Formats: sequence, C-alpha cells, structure tokens
Amino acid sequence: MSARLSDVPALDLDALVTDPTVHIVVCCGSGGVGKTTTSAALALHAAEAGRKVVVLTIDPARRLAQAMGLTELDNIPRPVGGVDDSSGGSLDAMMLDMKRTFDEVVLAHATPEKAAQILGNPFYQALSSSFAGTQEYMAMEKLSQLQAETETSGRWDLIVVDTPPARSALDFLDAPERLSSFLDGRLIRLLLAPAKGPARLLTAGMTVVTGAISKVLGGQMLRDVQTFVAAFDTLFGGFRARADQTYRILKAKQTAFVVVASPDPDALREASFFVERLAAESMPLAGLVLNRLTVAPPAGISAQAALAGVERLAESDPLTAGLLRLHAERLTRVARERALRRRFAAAHPQVATATVPALPTDVHDLESLRRIAVAIAA
Amino acid sequence: MTLPDARLHVVTGKGGTGKTTVAAALALALGAGGRRVLLCEVEGRQGIASVFDVAPLPYVERRIAIGPDGGEIWALAIDAEAALLEYLEMFYHLGRAGKALDRFGVTDFATTIAPGLRDVLLIGKVYEATRRRADGRSASGRSSYDAVVLDAPPTGRISRFLNVNTEVVGIAKVGPVRNQAESIMRLLKSDASRVHFVTSLEEMPVQETLDGVAEMMRIGLPVGAIIVNMQREPMLAPADLAAAAAGSVDGEQVAASLEKAGIPSGGAVLGGLLEEAAAHADRVELETAQRQELERAGVPMVTLPLLAEGVDLGGLYDMADRLGADGVDDGA
Repeated sequence: MSARLSDVPALDLDALVTDPTVHIVVCCGSGGVGKTTTSAALALHAAEAGRKVVVLTIDPARRLAQAMGLTELDNIPRPVGGVDDSSGGSLDAMMLDMKRTFDEVVLAHATPEKAAQILGNPFYQALSSSFAGTQEYMAMEKLSQLQAETETSGRWDLIVVDTPPARSALDFLDAPERLSSFLDGRLIRLLLAPAKGPARLLTAGMTVVTGAISKVLGGQMLRDVQTFVAAFDTLFGGFRARADQTYRILKAKQTAFVVVASPDPDALREASFFVERLAAESMPLAGLVLNRLTVAPPAGISAQAALAGVERLAESDPLTAGLLRLHAERLTRVARERALRRRFAAAHPQVATATVPALPTDVHDLESLRRIAVAIAA
Repeated sequence: MTLPDARLHVVTGKGGTGKTTVAAALALALGAGGRRVLLCEVEGRQGIASVFDVAPLPYVERRIAIGPDGGEIWALAIDAEAALLEYLEMFYHLGRAGKALDRFGVTDFATTIAPGLRDVLLIGKVYEATRRRADGRSASGRSSYDAVVLDAPPTGRISRFLNVNTEVVGIAKVGPVRNQAESIMRLLKSDASRVHFVTSLEEMPVQETLDGVAEMMRIGLPVGAIIVNMQREPMLAPADLAAAAAGSVDGEQVAASLEKAGIPSGGAVLGGLLEEAAAHADRVELETAQRQELERAGVPMVTLPLLAEGVDLGGLYDMADRLGADGVDDGA
C-alpha cells in the first residue's frame, strides 16, 4: 500500500507531444475528469511548439468549443484562430458527428444504389444515430481517416484524440471489435439465409429463433433488419478489416495513450483498469495526467497546530480562526489526495505521472487553455 | 428538502459530481420510517457496491443496508442480457427458444447492438420493480417496494436513456417492445416519478444540469430536485470574505492573534494564510454565481456539503439525514 510519491516517474508531456516520432496521442479516462480540456491543451501546446496538429473532440463543453472556434458539429477540421504559429506549427480542431461519419463509411464502400438503400433503412438510421457503441466506433473510424490523410497529404503530423464519455473508459477499445463481430456473426448469417436462398438452411433451430424475434420485436423490425443486412452484406468484410486496421494503429509505436484522472477514488479506479487493460493489449501507455490536484498551502503550519489555534481563537478572533480552519481543511484534502496517489503508485509503480493543479475557473478562451498547457507541460 | 412522494426517483448528474453517492443517500433517506427501498444501477459499474463497501452485486435483489428507522435498502445491479432473458421467460415462456436466442447471438444483438432496446430492457426492469403491487406480491412473486431509486446514466445521456419511446419508434412501430416502451413512458411522465439532478457548483456541471432540466421539461418528465453536492462551507464571515478578496485583511491583527495562539506568524505564514483566504473568497464567489444560475431553473434545490475526508458509510448517513430532513411530502 505504501509507495513514495517521490519515486513516481514524472511524465514529460512537453517531450511527448514534441517528439517527432509520436503521431497520435489518445486521451482516455472516466467522465468529468477534464479529458477534453487536457486533449485541447496538449494540442495547443504541441502546435505552438511547431507541430502541425489536429485535435478530434467528441463532446466538448460549450465554452471550450467556443474557445477553439468550434461552432458546429460538422466533421470538418478547421483552423483554430489565435494560435501562436511563430514556430511553424498549426492547430486544427473538429467535433465528431457520428452519424455523418457512419454515412461516409457507407458511401465510400458501397455502390451508389446499395448506399442509398442502406442510408434509407430505418434500422440503419437508428443504428447510426443511437447505438450505444456507435460513437466509440466512429471516433476510432475518424482516427483512421485522419491518420490516412496525415500520411498522404502531410497536412498534419500529430493527431490528438479525445475519447467519448463512455459507460466505461474501455468502451472505445471494444466498440470496433463488437460492431464487426456482430456484423459478420452468426445472427447476421441467420438473418441473411432466407433472403439468400436455399430453404434447407432454415433448420428447426433457426425457425424458432426468427419466430421468437418476430414475436418480441414485431415482424416489421425483423424485415427492416433483414433488408439492412442484405444491403450491408458486401461491407462486412470491410468493417472487419477496418477494425483490425484501427487496432494496428492504436498499437503502433507512433501512438501514445495518456490516461486522465482526477484525485478521486472512482476516477483513479477507472484509471487503474485502463492502465491494466492497455498493458494486456500491449498498447503504448505514456502515462497518467492527474488533473485538479489541490495545491499544498504555502503557510508552514501543521494541521494540528492550526486546529489548536482555531479552538483558542474561535471566540476572540473569528477571522484568524477562519483562516486557520481553511488552512487545516486544505491540508486534509492534500493528505487525502496524496494517499490516493500513493495507492495508485503502489499498484502501478511504473506509470509516469504528470500533475495539474486545480484552477479556479473553467476554460473560456485560448489564453486559459494555454495556462493549462503550461501547467501540464511543465 | 421535502422528499417528493414519488415511487420512482431517477438520479442523474455529470461524471464526477457524486451521482452514485447521492443516489445511495437518497435511498437511505427514503428508507426512513421503516419503508422498503430498492436502489438500482444500470451501467455495470458496480458503483453501489463500492459506495456501501460490499462485494459486487449480482442480478438479484439483496438487502445492503438498514435505514435510519429500521427501513430496508435493497440493491440490484441490472444487467441487460439477464433482463432480456427474464423478460422473455416472464412474458413468452421461451425456455428452449430463449436459450437458442442466446446461442445465435440474439441476446448479444439485443443488448449491445440494437439501438434503444438496451435502454428499454434496463428501464423495463426498473419499471417492473416499481410497479409491483402493494399487497406484497407481483406476477413475478417478488416483494414490493415503497420507493425505487435509479442511479441513472450521466446528464449527457439521460434524455436519450429515459426517452425510450422515441428511441424505439424508429425500429419497432408496433409489437410488444413498442407497448412496453409506451407503458414505461407513462410511468416516467406520471406524478409517480421524479428525475433529480446532482451537480457541483462548477461551470460545466451547472450548464449540463440546466440543459438537462430544460430537456426533461421538453419531453414532459417531472423534475424533482437539483441536488448541489460537495458544497464548500464558507469558512469566513461575509465581511471577512470581501476583505480577503480585496486583499484588505488587517495583517497585523491576524499576526497578533496567531502569536497569541502560539503560532509563529513570521516567514511565509501570514502571507500564505492570506493567499489561501483570497483563493477561498474567489471560489465562494464563483460558487455563488453558479448557484444563481441554477436558481433560474425554478426547481427545488438542496445542498450537501463537501466531505473533506471522502464519503464513508457514516458520511452517507449524514447525507441521507440532510436529504430527508423535512420528511416525505405526502401531498398534505
């Protein structure tokens, strides 16, 4: 349980994002830990250090989006104004539109008639706009596209990706596999069988299954799914290949994962799961960014001494007593956060860590993003 | 706060605001007076088990705590696949076919791929638990509850999650799933349900809360309360806060008091304390502004303090006390 915080290796984010061999940085972590802000700050820092950066955000807070000049969800990377380009770098930003990304995949890989059939199918429309894993899948799809464009056009040399606020931080790793295994799985072959032909394929087991589906979901949905599947048939192999391609990119040396957390037991537990999962998949982990850390107070009074002072002064000087109580409370928080960090470090002694002090306000403009970047890359 | 006399309490909030902890405290508060309460989670995170410090919960209702006056808190981690098989068994008696569905990947399809279905299954189970008859037995032969608390998905996904009708209409225009979705919507829109928002007094969570409340009103789901969590108690009197913010605190007097209390005020001590006070004053000012933003929603608000040491079981009961301070509103 005990690990010395001074033994925790430091994560040098400045070196990471300016390393010319690193081309993709993936920021992941549970919801509410400042993942999107961290992604944006890293991207800004890299751009001002001379790299040509594109940052892919999933669902930025309104003001952060405004700070980067993102006004619409349109899948098109646009230059961010106000970036210091004196080192020759640039920063583009985009917000993910998952339905449009899915449509683009269909349009790019199906014949025009098939594409029209798929895009008009009610089941496809529901799948592409609300399936619980579509956002994760499409974030990875978009990453592949940006990566391909980076290699061909040279427009960017660094892609920073924010990951969706999933149920679990791991969902985006599983989504491509889940979707592709569904799309060429047994159920699909079963649903395709009637459309494709020989009635002998309809064994008793299949009849029971299709019967049950139509009983529960209604025959209309079954027909929609069958039509969708028939039209989508030729794309299945492509989906499997793309999922494999995404995995290869994520595992490559040019990729670095940054796990983001806040000093909170739940967020650190998620971070632990993530670190273990990345190791199991041999994915390249750069380290942990710990946001919103309580800064140790400058005044050199112990919590005990301060609380003793509070008791003595509560009646005679409530102001000074209040100042001491404030100090003691801050020390308690600092101690609690250090204990949490030690626990994490004991379990993962090799994980390099960067800490970011809590800032009084959220990000409103490029200037406050730059302040975070300075703190992160210090 | 006066707890609304609803049977179903849906608790949402942005990640990091303590949604699960507040849902647990609300369940304890509703358990006052010997009532039986069911606390459910639907995201497979085992958050309830971690809050109550017990082993991971199975898909079986089990008692995890005793409420303040002998009430009982039961908990259930709802799993979409298990809910589907249970649903098929309950309504269609699909013994053999149920297993065949599983073998062909249909349960996998229904629970992870088919849009909206997963949510219908998850809320469907909550619906079933909420609707069990008060005579103690339901069609499923299980005991009934006085109230059900749902630790729901976060604010960003809550309207999609609860608005199952719209989700399902795209895929099933008629049929049993559609009927189930409509029954669920009737319960959610009725006076028997409330959606509560947990937030901290920070800009992003507050904005998401306001957006979420507006969205609930648009869909027609009754909003219960905004629960402001992790509020830092102001530690200075208003005049002192203003002085700290303006940098006009009388340093000499503070130094004299410190010396009197046996604390050397030299070196960085005095300046450090004043710096901390200024940061605290900024924080309080920001929180006050965010609270005013929240008041615009016109929804009852209740505040829970920040527990500096983190939330343990004792802290949970304290939170429950605060939530239930005024008892349950029986409409009288």
